[in-house]
Amino acid sequence: MRHLQTPIDEATRLALRVGEEVMLSGIIYTARDQAHKRLVESLNKQEPLPFQFAGQVVYYTGPTPAKLGHPIGSCGPTSSYRMDPYSIILMNAGLKIMIGKGNRSEEFRRSLIQTKSVYLVAVGGIGALLSKTVKTAKLIAYPDLQSEAVVEFEVENFPVIVATDSVGNDLFDRSN
Amino acid sequence: MKTINRDSLIQTVRNMVIQAATILNPLVIQKLKDAEKQETSSLAKNVLKSICDNAAIAKNDNIPMCQDTGVAVFFLHIGNELFFPYSLYEAIQEGTRQGYLDGYLRKSVVAHPLERINTKDNTPAIIHTELAMGDTLDICFAAKGAGSENMSRLTMLTPADGEKGVKDFVLETIRLAGGKPCPPIIVGIGIGGNFEKCAYLAKTALMRPLDDEAANPIDRRLENELLEAINALGIGPMAFGGKTTCLQVKVNSYPCHIASLPVAVNIQCHAARETHVILKGEDL
Repeated sequence: MRHLQTPIDEATRLALRVGEEVMLSGIIYTARDQAHKRLVESLNKQEPLPFQFAGQVVYYTGPTPAKLGHPIGSCGPTSSYRMDPYSIILMNAGLKIMIGKGNRSEEFRRSLIQTKSVYLVAVGGIGALLSKTVKTAKLIAYPDLQSEAVVEFEVENFPVIVATDSVGNDLFDRSN
Repeated sequence: MKTINRDSLIQTVRNMVIQAATILNPLVIQKLKDAEKQETSSLAKNVLKSICDNAAIAKNDNIPMCQDTGVAVFFLHIGNELFFPYSLYEAIQEGTRQGYLDGYLRKSVVAHPLERINTKDNTPAIIHTELAMGDTLDICFAAKGAGSENMSRLTMLTPADGEKGVKDFVLETIRLAGGKPCPPIIVGIGIGGNFEKCAYLAKTALMRPLDDEAANPIDRRLENELLEAINALGIGPMAFGGKTTCLQVKVNSYPCHIASLPVAVNIQCHAARETHVILKGEDL
């Protein structure tokens, strides 16, 4: 089991290989459908982004509200394919590492290879367990989006699997 | 003539919503544990173990097992001896609202599908009603997440397509879904009726007890054959490869037009969140 600290440098990212199980620690940023739409709108208008993409990790999740004494509620991954059209634009703008669940489009994979990005997956439907790895959660953008707002998570040993590595090997190819 | 107290109905609905989000059906947990023993790859075994560990954490900490606490769907069977001196629909909506707010559940409903502004209390719930004989109100609740619901499909086949057409459509739906609906899944299939009846058949098939069998022998055979065929696809837990893609197939059928063969496939993720309560009417 490999342990990685974010932000993740290029050499470490390129060395990740499909199927590898990784424990992530450090800062990751939540963003799903509506937040992606806004990130892309900001890029188009050349407005500042809520966080810088270089070396950072985006996690597709929309958590449940935190109970008193907990940093966050249940926070498992959501299906990644809905982010595909936005992700292609974000990868071209420098976002290299994404966490979600499920397979993605061919267009996404082509862009991923071109930009040498990496797609990681977490196990879906285990949001209670994954919430235990979140030490702090800080709202940083789009509060009106509620559960879809961008939140900065500080995680410790957040378990992921490399689903598509930077050369395009894909965990979901049945031929693998 | 009997009735059900509005406040106790609201309280019941509120509690059903919270319980469904936090406590996984023991029959599902048993199937997941059995599946873990069957799997040979460590990735598949780990996924199944994580799901069971997650269920224990959710139950012990009283937090949702999955962050997608879904759209609230109710199936009511209303006894013909009951009288409601209030709006039953409004009471169910109020119970839903209280459950999602008090239970710290996610508010996942937008008021218009294109405008997409959150209603902030997860209402409106989707409420289906059927009439029944007697003095009870039978309430089935499902918290239906979008991951699996989005992968559901309906088609209008022709009679010539027959059983093979039905099976091909089901398997194509599962293949296209891949890891998106969070396998291992439960598959509800509706065959017959018309366009909307068929979707309702598929959904209510998912509401049947996990360990029952279809009453009709053709449907029962299809349940067994399709379970085997789906698991032979090798998609496995979270589509990481393996033997366990589906925990159970449920088939409901209904008579249909001489020209029609509607088929609906409604997918349920492993976090099969359902609660069932029967309230008995009290004297007015």
